[in-house]
Amino acid sequence: MEKRHGRSRTILGGLTLVSVLLGLYWGLVQAPPDAYQGQLQRIMYLHIPTILTAYLSFFIVFIMSCLYLWKRDRRDDILAYSAAEIGVLFTGLTIIEGSIWGKPTWGVWWTWDARLTLTAILFLIFVGYLILRSLIEDENRGAICGAVLGIIGFLDIPLIHMSVYWWRTLHQPPSILRPDKLPWENVHPSMLIALSINFAAFLLLYFYLLSLRFHVGEMREEVKRMKLYGGA
Amino acid sequence: MELLRQASWLIWKDLLLEIRRRESLVTMFFFGTLLLFVFHFAFEMPRERAPEMAPGLLWLAFLFTGTLGLTQLFQPERENHCLDALLLSPMDRAALYLAKVFFNLVLMLVVELVVLPLFWVLFNLDSWRLLPAIFMVAFLGTLGFCVLGTLFSAVTMRARARELLLPLILFPLMIPVILATIRTMEVILRSGDASEALDWLRLLLGFDVIFLTAGFLVFEWVIEA
Repeated sequence: MEKRHGRSRTILGGLTLVSVLLGLYWGLVQAPPDAYQGQLQRIMYLHIPTILTAYLSFFIVFIMSCLYLWKRDRRDDILAYSAAEIGVLFTGLTIIEGSIWGKPTWGVWWTWDARLTLTAILFLIFVGYLILRSLIEDENRGAICGAVLGIIGFLDIPLIHMSVYWWRTLHQPPSILRPDKLPWENVHPSMLIALSINFAAFLLLYFYLLSLRFHVGEMREEVKRMKLYGGA
Repeated sequence: MELLRQASWLIWKDLLLEIRRRESLVTMFFFGTLLLFVFHFAFEMPRERAPEMAPGLLWLAFLFTGTLGLTQLFQPERENHCLDALLLSPMDRAALYLAKVFFNLVLMLVVELVVLPLFWVLFNLDSWRLLPAIFMVAFLGTLGFCVLGTLFSAVTMRARARELLLPLILFPLMIPVILATIRTMEVILRSGDASEALDWLRLLLGFDVIFLTAGFLVFEWVIEA
């Protein structure tokens, strides 16, 4: 059983590697430089996939937290915890990529624009989640408390979103998914291809990391069981 | 109705304890006053700039004193296994949640009732007739703070370093409340009424309703964990 899982994980890892390399090639070589931003725009091929996978991650935390409270299956909680960890990683990366792009484009590393602020708050909420988990020793208690934070945090996102948007907006409006035009009319087709490949690559990378982290969580669980019951 | 009756007994218990011990209220009140002094030393505002700084400073003072109260909220239950006894009693867990939200709300409102006029005195503001409106906004914001604060006070109750952990979790979640109250107070102080800030008030009300419901539903799991 475990052997088969291990093999499918290796295959997933191989696919991830290939698609990341392919994505880099399309993003750096095949796609033309942007008409206004030049080479700088290429960071978008990483920036958009990272933030989308981070959002996906927080959605998974929410779903798994609900499932855990309902069914009390330990594996749901391990998955929620794993997704939160990787979500924090990807949100952090998004902020760093954004800063690198923002400095030459806007002239500042950081600005209190709505979308930036929202991302930073998400980052803080889920860092709080990780710290909460690390400070509660009892496992079931930690799982329940984490699940509650996962659910409340997710429910809060639309409200935070609304409030920071009313507060201020400076970020670029979305340039690909616009209501007035079809996606392929807004950008050069090879840019769209580069973005799609990178998005697929990040999804694969995300699920690869998630399965690794989930596996670590399961092993931890097993070690604890063995310590409790003295082997077997 | 049974729920409200149970909750009112619990509120009575907490209020009686507070009246006899006078721990939270006195500490919160003097901490709030102390903060006003610290703000004054930190910013040294000329009189005409006070109205634009007031909402932010006031709400900061409420946020900090409220956190101080929240870290003590479940202290009576932690001593002598009182929580176990409460959970053993034939009582709805949601009643306990309602009671704690209400109790914390009362504590904070009493402090705010004193700190608000004190702010007007210390910072030489003369818009006294706007105070009731400001207090109403503070009430809505404080309700939102207590609704989530009580829930996460229970969540962090059994964690290590819980006093440090609580604000760390709570403050990012409170961003909508913080923004909405401060903007509404600004509008009131600038234009004299809240009609320009109706969207913010709706957001604030929505926050209160959504998380009171959510807290009501999940509190049972948290307190039994």
